[in-house]
Amino acid sequence: MEIQMEYYLILGAVMFFAGVYGFITRRNLIAVLISIELILNAVDINFAVFNRYLFPAQLEGFFFTLFAIAIAAAETAVAIAIIINIYRNLHNIEVKNLDELKD
Amino acid sequence: MDYSNFLTMREELSLIAVMVILLVYDLAASKKALRYFQPVACVLFGIHTLLNIVPGAAAESFGGMYQYTPMMGIVKSILNVGTLIVLMQAAGWLRREDTVHKRGEFFFLTLTTLLGMYFMISAGNFLFFFIGLETASIPMATLAAFDKYKRQSAEAGAKYILNAVFASGISLYGMSLLYGTTGTLYFDDMPVAVTGSALQIAAFVFFAAGLFFKISLVPFHLWTPDVYEGAPTPVTSYLSVISKGSAVFVLMTIFYKVFAPIAAQWQGILYGVIVVTITLANLFAIRQKNLKRFLAYSSVSQAGYIMLGVIGGTAMGMTSLVYYVLVYMVSNLAAFGVIGAIENRTGKLTFDDYNGLYSTHPKLSLVMTLAMFSLAGIPPFAGFFSKFFIFAAAAEQGYYVLVLIALLNTIISLYYYLLVVKAMFINKSDAPIGAFRSDNYTRISLAACSAGILLLGILSVVYDRISLFAYGM
Repeated sequence: MEIQMEYYLILGAVMFFAGVYGFITRRNLIAVLISIELILNAVDINFAVFNRYLFPAQLEGFFFTLFAIAIAAAETAVAIAIIINIYRNLHNIEVKNLDELKD
Repeated sequence: MDYSNFLTMREELSLIAVMVILLVYDLAASKKALRYFQPVACVLFGIHTLLNIVPGAAAESFGGMYQYTPMMGIVKSILNVGTLIVLMQAAGWLRREDTVHKRGEFFFLTLTTLLGMYFMISAGNFLFFFIGLETASIPMATLAAFDKYKRQSAEAGAKYILNAVFASGISLYGMSLLYGTTGTLYFDDMPVAVTGSALQIAAFVFFAAGLFFKISLVPFHLWTPDVYEGAPTPVTSYLSVISKGSAVFVLMTIFYKVFAPIAAQWQGILYGVIVVTITLANLFAIRQKNLKRFLAYSSVSQAGYIMLGVIGGTAMGMTSLVYYVLVYMVSNLAAFGVIGAIENRTGKLTFDDYNGLYSTHPKLSLVMTLAMFSLAGIPPFAGFFSKFFIFAAAAEQGYYVLVLIALLNTIISLYYYLLVVKAMFINKSDAPIGAFRSDNYTRISLAACSAGILLLGILSVVYDRISLFAYGM
């Protein structure tokens, strides 16, 4: 039995909005980063599924997924480096302590 | 594989050559030879700018992935000139003891982001566009966090990277839905399949939200003041001018080309965004005490004005947008140049510190005044003409109410731009900022910016030359 495309898309949408929710509500910088990863992975699922079910003759979606994974890894590396720098300066990574710059 | 494809990427190749030379120089040269790093870097980048200043013929390579039109050549040249000025203004900051050993890194990272913007501008495919966007924004976060031991800088870096990745994630989700509904990622093939179904409108909104983040339009502007304040001043000026200018142009080309069939929908969205952006940013700018933060809100409202060139969808809109970016660039770089020079020597950044600046620094005050007048749009400076053209482009398409709102906001903005001028010339201070001699890089760059402010509006050849290559929807 083959799983319908819609189920994958629902999974992608749920992951995406869970990521958006997490980005807004999480109090820890690493948790915020994890939420962003959820968003990016939801996009990867979408691309792969669209390619596999709707346009199987070409590989554009799969290639986009590969590039998106690579770029997400680069982003995470930089973000982690910056978070470590925050930890060195503040000795914690709570979002609420990033309050030196505000109106 | 046909390697002659690479020959169409003239700008990119010469920029990569400059980057590699500077990287090897920084790694291999002895400490004594490194003293000449700054002048060599500026001269090399100047040569690169001059080599590419004449736009080539339209071309495309890699099966339409990479596209080149003369208009893109002009925009890249404008970005080159702006980057050169930023590199020169960074000289004083890069000579300090805590940054001098990272000078090579600063140049390499800055030029990498510029390369990303080139790719983004020349993209003919969403994949290529996305790679360019990320090449432009990931190194930018490291630049914002460049002053490693300053808490503000680290905070700015964190806020930038998290917001940038979040924005590109939202944008990507839009792209995936677009791919699902059209079956292609090429800009050329997509418009045929864009029919305006509900899913496509949703996809468009997601995609546009990501770009609005980059340009920092309200309601996606919340990171802007924090990052602008926390980042080192040369990085802030780069971020506010070059990064914004390239993103604006890319947004316009994609809206014109890919989303032309749903123009009625995106014009409606843009209408609301422009009104909110200009008004809110102006109201927030009034109550700022810190000059960098103040210029951040000013740049948000300027971004709203720039969008007036997009909304009409005409060739005139494109011309006036590119011209506005050019004028905004010289004005903003002049303002940031003055702020950077003063911050570097004294560390002072608030309005109150600038009281009585005229008595000790008449020349810097004059340049700052020129910049403020140009940003506010007072004739005969260049800012007036750029505002005039962009209003005309929107009014020509019948957006009279929108132009009226923008005009009213110009009056509000006049108030806060003149506050700076008032502080410098009229307010008295017991202890104004002490006199010092700026270095030659700052002097040359500020002279270039002032010349731009004075001449760009009067010399009509600039506008005419840009309009030769403009195209509409």
